[in-house]
Amino acid sequence: MTSHNALSPFIPIIPCSKPSAPVKMADRQVSLAEKRLMDVKLNQLGAWLGGRDFTPNGILSAIRRGHDRYYNKYINVKKGGIGGVAMLLVGYVAISYLWEYDHISKKYTLAYRACFISLHSCHS
Amino acid sequence: MTLSFFDQFMSPTYLGIPLIALALSLPWILYPKPTTRWLNNRLITLQGWFINRFTQQIFQPLSLGGHKWATLLASLMLFLITLNMLGLLPYTFTPTTQLSLNMAFAVPLWLATVIIGMRNQPTHALGHLLPEGTPTLLIPVLIIIETISLFIRPLALGVRLTANLTAGHLLIQLIATAAFVLLPLMPTVAILTAVLLFLLTLLEVAVAMIQAYVFVLLLSLYLQENV
Repeated sequence: MTSHNALSPFIPIIPCSKPSAPVKMADRQVSLAEKRLMDVKLNQLGAWLGGRDFTPNGILSAIRRGHDRYYNKYINVKKGGIGGVAMLLVGYVAISYLWEYDHISKKYTLAYRACFISLHSCHS
Repeated sequence: MTLSFFDQFMSPTYLGIPLIALALSLPWILYPKPTTRWLNNRLITLQGWFINRFTQQIFQPLSLGGHKWATLLASLMLFLITLNMLGLLPYTFTPTTQLSLNMAFAVPLWLATVIIGMRNQPTHALGHLLPEGTPTLLIPVLIIIETISLFIRPLALGVRLTANLTAGHLLIQLIATAAFVLLPLMPTVAILTAVLLFLLTLLEVAVAMIQAYVFVLLLSLYLQENV
């Protein structure tokens, strides 16, 4: 910043070193175990998994952090609509479907096949 | 074929964990804690409004001693209404269709109201066994009848909730199966059945809310008698 007023000879020159590139928060060095999954390189994946905390407390705190991230991004906003809760419910339906998959697939093979055969034979 | 319709009430396990564990923990996730801010987000505002209205409604006729039950009954209502409404989503499991869960809610809470009444005001609590103005000859019979009705209350509470929800889910599954099977054969009848299914689903939404409300209301009534 250059000052071109009459006082410029009297402004003391304070030696300050400007870094060659501006330092951002994202350049801070974190240990491998604390990195987010998307920042881990593929060959570091095994080491990352080994360093994570899989104790019950660790798992609970991970769930808590995930929940806080979701909540602050989608629900705790100024004009939050139905979307935040709706995404959660759709995810719940998807997980329930996954849970019940082999139970439901058995139903569709055995019982309904018998039902279709009996109904079609009545009407044909 | 009929047996397979009841399969929806057995919670399937995946990796050793039954689905009921996920279904029971979901209400915890859906209701965030109110913050210390003056203006919260829309979800917390709605939630707070609902809880305040409900608590005022239920606890208005209760005397001050019964107000200690406010947290318990409000959280019970929130839990039941969430479980019932979530059970209407496809592929989900409704824990309140299990008699064990509903009896586990009904029996301890009813017993608590009875014990509170017997401990604090035993004559008044026992006086409820005989309505005023009964003819003298009927007194022994009526006391026996009122005692039986007192002991049947927890059973009625639990079974009412279970039966309503189970019947609703079964009906939905039956009519949905009928509509699905009829579609290639008689499309008009299938469309009528689909309309019926839509109306039934609306009814089930109402039943889900009403049953939760009735459960908590009756408990507050029993509390009112005994406090």
